[in-house]
Amino acid sequence: MAKVLRILGAALVAVAGLAGSARAQGRADTLLVVTELGPNSMDIHGVGTNRPAYQASWNLYDRLMTYGVKTLPNGSQMYDYTVLKPELAESWQVGADAITFRLRPDARFHDGTPVTARDVKWSFDRAVTVGGFPTFQMKAGSLEKPDQFEIVNDQTFRVRLLRKDKLTMPDLAVPVPIIINSELAKKHATSSDPWAMEWLKNNVAGGGAYRLEAWRPGQETIYARFDEWKSGPLPKIKRVLVREVPSSGNRRALLERGDADISFDLPPKDFAELAKAGKLTVISHPVENAFAYVGMNVKNPPFASLKVRQAVAAIIPYEKIFATAVYGRGVLLQGNPIASLTFGHEMLPAPFKTDLARAKTLMAEAGFPGGFETTLSFDQGFATINEPMAVLVQESLAQIGIRATIEKIPGANWRNMLLKKEMPIFLNAFGGWLNYPEYFFFWNFHGQNAVFNTSSYQNPEMDKLIDAARFETDKARYAELVRGFTKLMVSDVPRVPIYQPFLDIAMQKNVKGYQYWFHRQLDYRQLSKE
Amino acid sequence: MTFAKLAGRRLALALPGLVGVVVVTFLLNRALPGDPAAFFAGPAATPQAIAEIRIKLGLDRSLPQQFILYVRDLARGDLGKSLTTGQSVRADLLARLPASLELTLCSLALALAVALPLGILAATRPGSWVDHAARVVTTAGVSLPIFFTGLLLVYVFYYLLGWAPAPLGRLDAFTSPPPPVIGFYLVDSALAGDGVAFRASLHQLVLPAVTLGLFAMAPIARMTRAAMLGVLASDFVRTARAAGLAPRTVLFTYALRNALLPVVTLLGMVFSFLLGANVLVEKVFAWPGVGSYALEALIASDYAPVQGFVLTMASLYVLLNLAIDILYGLIDARVRIEG
Repeated sequence: MAKVLRILGAALVAVAGLAGSARAQGRADTLLVVTELGPNSMDIHGVGTNRPAYQASWNLYDRLMTYGVKTLPNGSQMYDYTVLKPELAESWQVGADAITFRLRPDARFHDGTPVTARDVKWSFDRAVTVGGFPTFQMKAGSLEKPDQFEIVNDQTFRVRLLRKDKLTMPDLAVPVPIIINSELAKKHATSSDPWAMEWLKNNVAGGGAYRLEAWRPGQETIYARFDEWKSGPLPKIKRVLVREVPSSGNRRALLERGDADISFDLPPKDFAELAKAGKLTVISHPVENAFAYVGMNVKNPPFASLKVRQAVAAIIPYEKIFATAVYGRGVLLQGNPIASLTFGHEMLPAPFKTDLARAKTLMAEAGFPGGFETTLSFDQGFATINEPMAVLVQESLAQIGIRATIEKIPGANWRNMLLKKEMPIFLNAFGGWLNYPEYFFFWNFHGQNAVFNTSSYQNPEMDKLIDAARFETDKARYAELVRGFTKLMVSDVPRVPIYQPFLDIAMQKNVKGYQYWFHRQLDYRQLSKE
Repeated sequence: MTFAKLAGRRLALALPGLVGVVVVTFLLNRALPGDPAAFFAGPAATPQAIAEIRIKLGLDRSLPQQFILYVRDLARGDLGKSLTTGQSVRADLLARLPASLELTLCSLALALAVALPLGILAATRPGSWVDHAARVVTTAGVSLPIFFTGLLLVYVFYYLLGWAPAPLGRLDAFTSPPPPVIGFYLVDSALAGDGVAFRASLHQLVLPAVTLGLFAMAPIARMTRAAMLGVLASDFVRTARAAGLAPRTVLFTYALRNALLPVVTLLGMVFSFLLGANVLVEKVFAWPGVGSYALEALIASDYAPVQGFVLTMASLYVLLNLAIDILYGLIDARVRIEG
């Protein structure tokens, strides 16, 4: 027994010594990222591509343009949605019915092939043709048909405009319109798969700042800097290792021990504690154009009744949820000017506050003095926040006689449940890529009833305001329209906004240059280690 | 009966079991909540897009039709595609099975190395301090939940003391894996003569193997002790002793060999439940094995990997039982004759 213990002890000591020496080599220009989930595809146009794959695509491929950077009052940096900067395109001219891009003459793909307008056309044709998410996203910027994309010559590419749409330019700098090495991709295309969907799922034909060195799905992704990259200043980090560590406790331990450099994926409680301890840098940005909410189905009784919805809005314990479920990692919307915080444009006071007497009166007026029974659903994939939040909502609903049973929906089934639009009352969150209020409202409250319009809210008046705002060029008139549809949401309460979440990230003190992006993924290009 | 015939008969007997597993996993997976088509279609999918994907995945057909399709693919060795990793299930399982097996075998070896001597010592000196120590270790081993042991070991040896390497899976972040031969990093790196990878993978193995091993130690030590006690009290041992054979010969040649039969039976069971317990250990140590793979897939309502996992496990059990039957024959000649 004693001998066994001695051997075990010796083994562990040996482990300690070796781990230390291994750590010393090659760490200065290598970044170790720990994450909960890795990419399931290398192709952002693919079917069923998950969010971590956006990160891969963002760093492996270039787009024509990217966004500028702005520094916030607290010193942290974020992308600037008002400024577009050259990436693969070195300049552009916006005309009345077309945009003409000049490509960088020295730009190369990872295999050395020069980037030409033919590649751009092939890539854009692909995005608008393959259907699903990429096609939808392109459409948001009025990019709909292959005939819109023209090759003028090798270095010149033109986009014909279907209509004047202020989202066209911003939409060309989101993760979807990547530029693919079309010659390489076409070699792997077949008659049944003309867009090489199968091949590009596991292979990269890009020219981004990083090359794919190795990808072991479910384990790790390794990136190496592409030294010939010309679309921006050469990144400082030479190698990026992204390891999938499923246990959040271990991700925290790895950061605290200094073994991992950076991670997004920690529960809000851990971020709150790490920020307080001060050993690591924790950077938080309120997620733009986003909020977490209690949604109600406005098509079916009892939440079809406006008074019932108002009663719910008047009974939700906003502060308690924010303190005990969210650990303060966000911005409480209750009592805050919602629109200004979420959309950066307009100011409107939030009308919601916890008021038991008012809630009871509203319930009686709605014809439910004794309340009713219902089911409160949430996505189990986000149980760390959703579960305590659901319990708090359940408790307060009980005060006005609404007896809610909590139903946890497995993450995989959540989208399916949202699509069915049958859940009476539920917790959810939405964030839009493009920071325009009408874009947010288009997805969430427009009568076209997209999957994100979780309440099935349909109101012709709302549609008119949203559609008008999208194409309005007069500033004063536009502000009027935004105020109009925001007011309408507040008075019709298809959903009760609770808080705007933070995007938190924890990193070692020597990691610099982190920038918040609207896609909420890590851009390795700006990072450095001191 | 010849050995080949015996093995063949055993395998044939396992076939109905495997067919049952195929049917049950198929049905169970269809009973799970979740719509792979909605998952596959991604954000902003229209109902038409989802319907198209449902047709593409064959989910619009009746259950028997889906089953026939499934069996047909299975016969071709096609286990389907995982939605979570985007790869074919067969490739995923082939890449991950060695990780699980290496971990399980190492922990089993570790458990055996500690539990067998402990059991024998406890049996030869009942009531002594060794016996008591064995009792404490075995009780602790079975009563501590496995994920708790894992987290505790990580907390103490990695987080507090810094002795163990980071729980980052099979290799630390800066070592590249050896060229694959059989998929066991220890074996592959030894074959390639890659000392760095060998040591790195050994270090990564220590904590998870100890976690699993602690769990496996308890039943092995107890069974060894009980079997040895029984055998040591039997007539033939008394005769051997009376005949003046050396105590060592009596203990190892006569007693231990006879006591091993129940221990080997138990080993089969321990091995199979270690493969199950792997799921939790893999999760704690970010071990890229089949257990964590199946668990992730289950959470994502990803049918194909779960079916593939259950089938692989079932086939493994069949092979394992066969191996144990053969081992019986080696230990006890009578078994071979009775077949």
